[in-house]
Amino acid sequence: MTIATIDAVSGGLARGRGGGGPAPTRTVVAYGFWIFILSDIVMFSGLFAAYAVLSGNTAGGPTGSELFNLRNVFIETMCLLFSSYTCGLGALSAERRQRGRFLVFALFTFVLGAAFLFIEISEFADMVSKGAGPSRSGFLSGFFTLVGMHGAHVTSGLVWLIYMVAQVIAKGLRPHVLRRLLCWSLFWHALDIIWVGVLTLVYLMGVG
Amino acid sequence: MLGRLSWAAIPFNEPLPIISAAVVLIVILGVLGIITVKGWWPYLWKEWITSVDHKRIGVMYFTLGLVMLLRGYSDAIMMRSQQAIAVGNAQGYLPPEHFNQIFSAHGTIMIFFVAMPLVIGLMNFAVPLQLGVRDVAFPVLNSVSFWLTASGALLVNVSLVIGNFARTGWMGYPPLSGLAFSPDVGPDYYLWSLQISGIGTLLTGVNFVTTILKLRAPGMIYFRMPVFCWTALAANMLIIAAFPILTATFVMLLLDRYLGMHFFTNNAGGNQMMYVNLFWAWGHPEVYILILPAFGVFSEVVATFSGKGLFSYRSMVLATLGICILSFMVWLHHFFTMGAGADVNAFFGIMSAIIAVPTGVKIFNWLFTLFRGRIVFSTPILFAVGFMVTFVLGGMTGVLLAVPPVDFVLHNSVFLVAHFHNVIIGGVVFGVLAGYNYWFPKAFGFTLDERFGKASFWCWLVGFYLAFMPLYVLGLMGMTRRLQHIPDPSWRPLLLVAEVGAVVIFLGILCQIAQLYVSVRTRESRRDLTGDPWNGRTLEWATSSPPPAYNFAVLPRVETIDAFWEMKRRGLTAVEPAYETIEMPRNSPTGFVTAFFAVVTGFAAIWHIWWIVILALLAIAVTVLVFGWSENREREIRANEIARMERARLGLGRPA
Repeated sequence: MTIATIDAVSGGLARGRGGGGPAPTRTVVAYGFWIFILSDIVMFSGLFAAYAVLSGNTAGGPTGSELFNLRNVFIETMCLLFSSYTCGLGALSAERRQRGRFLVFALFTFVLGAAFLFIEISEFADMVSKGAGPSRSGFLSGFFTLVGMHGAHVTSGLVWLIYMVAQVIAKGLRPHVLRRLLCWSLFWHALDIIWVGVLTLVYLMGVG
Repeated sequence: MLGRLSWAAIPFNEPLPIISAAVVLIVILGVLGIITVKGWWPYLWKEWITSVDHKRIGVMYFTLGLVMLLRGYSDAIMMRSQQAIAVGNAQGYLPPEHFNQIFSAHGTIMIFFVAMPLVIGLMNFAVPLQLGVRDVAFPVLNSVSFWLTASGALLVNVSLVIGNFARTGWMGYPPLSGLAFSPDVGPDYYLWSLQISGIGTLLTGVNFVTTILKLRAPGMIYFRMPVFCWTALAANMLIIAAFPILTATFVMLLLDRYLGMHFFTNNAGGNQMMYVNLFWAWGHPEVYILILPAFGVFSEVVATFSGKGLFSYRSMVLATLGICILSFMVWLHHFFTMGAGADVNAFFGIMSAIIAVPTGVKIFNWLFTLFRGRIVFSTPILFAVGFMVTFVLGGMTGVLLAVPPVDFVLHNSVFLVAHFHNVIIGGVVFGVLAGYNYWFPKAFGFTLDERFGKASFWCWLVGFYLAFMPLYVLGLMGMTRRLQHIPDPSWRPLLLVAEVGAVVIFLGILCQIAQLYVSVRTRESRRDLTGDPWNGRTLEWATSSPPPAYNFAVLPRVETIDAFWEMKRRGLTAVEPAYETIEMPRNSPTGFVTAFFAVVTGFAAIWHIWWIVILALLAIAVTVLVFGWSENREREIRANEIARMERARLGLGRPA
């Protein structure tokens, strides 16, 4: 099939086979950020693998079932999942250029994310105070690093959210702000996916 | 206040490092002095340091790689000389403590700061041109990538003067690299420089996959992309899938060293073999990150200088993607001796041997491309032919090593050292040098001297065989790698041959320097006015040499593989196109500033100067936030200005 006929079929863009020329900026930015998230997930997979290898190496120290409190973990999970829901609603409002609604949903998202972080930090502090810090055993090194890395991502997501809210207030929902918001919400949803892995591999399997 | 940094960190009592460091320092200060006296700073700042032009960034990557090649080579010749001298009663001139740093630095530098920048430099320069577009997807990110890579290289070199480098080998295996056995700064230099440059490489991967998949000239469907773009796509997908593993692994080792964790320690439930597994889960794809783009260069060079299209383009693409996938299934062959058992070893042995199949497909494709071609024996094709012979040898010793029982005998011997130098010099280095000779006229507008080019090829080829064939034999004789002292005098004659080989390789490097010097001096007589000095086939030859900042005034329309060849065959249109205003990215100091503070962060972390670490990290955050707030990242080049430039280039009169 020649280019002329492809153009005729698909209205001059021929996107299906990638023959339509450079993609629009919004596509390029979102796609690039999505690839970056993939790489981040690969990084987490390294930490997951390390945790899986070390999870039994408690070196005479406390095990997961002695340390984990599933009630707290349930609340954490709910906070994070609902923050993704409000994040999604915020993204829809932003696409519809409803600034006020976006800001309300951003506030909800922030509060839920911060609550998650607060519970996680108090869990960490509690473990350290019991003598179950990251240098106690290979298992705890793996635990603190994997869960802590996720927590660090949530923290940077919250900082980024404040920064995006500032941009929305200062500049309005202009195309380049919308592109950055799109990246932010991709990032926030990805943290949920990783949390599902943490919940399953670390907490549910650790207690069971 | 200054952590563990004190005057004791500078080795005043060791003449060798302090003298070489003084020489390097004088050269650097001299270069900076000349730049200041001549008033070149504004030019450098505006045209290079803050440039986000992929061609300029490519040239800077390549320059970094060539400079670091000299550093890596000087490590190599020091090791070869030590092994040639320190036989029997003689102890040589390098104490073990120093020798161990040299082989660690040699490997680290050659892989991360020579091979990677050279390969990424070629991709940066050629890929957007071959795709027929104006820049990469994220030009500022590209600049960040380059400067982070340069930061890592700088930190490695700082370890020459302040403190010391790792004595662990370039893989940094624990427990030797852990806190218990290396409490000094050596492994920290290694870890921080590779973490910083690794982030740069990862961002390159993101950038190039997005560029190749989302930014191509109209009509360039996947199966019309030049093979070099395919191999670049495969290499960058491998970067995205592999480099984060290295980042995670180094995070764990850093936590072991800084916070007393137990990922890889001997006690408290650590697991050293986990490091080795994770390292090679990155490390094996890494060798394909290096070699696949080299395969791409050879594909371009062989087709161009045979005057015919590449034989079986589709099988070449499929072989590339096949290698890309297989490269993730073989990592265990780096440590069959771990004791994983016969079943596991057999699986990884077979998978490793299978990689020879797509590689063989490629070799035959190149041979059939040459077959009945009108071959022009220029420097690039010499490197390509030299590669084919040498690489097949290296591939066969690789298949041999993939047999677990054989590997048990040869593990950690210089046979292995000979094997991977065989594929990296015979593959990656030859590929990069072919690409250098091939694309130099496109980058600078004049061709390189052929006489010195060919001389450098012959020196590299002969030098390689003299330097590494003896190591195959020595490996079979039982010599292990990384020996500071040679216990068996019967190894000496072959070690002397290897030393001569290393000197011949140096002659090759000298020929290249001479080639560059002579070519620059005689550039007026060797100008490439057509933009197509080799009768090329792909789109980079469709624009002028050097290309304008915007590459193509009008994006070319692609209708076949070898798009430019097809355009030439049909005859170029004489009609002047209607020029339109082009938006190009503005220069940005973001990359340089980020990298500057990354160096400060790394250095302060190595020496435990925590307040500087915090300040420098804040500075990086502010830099990123400032960039993240910015708008108007593009500048316009107006249509009439483009018309003026294009007319000047094509030798037409002024616009009416």
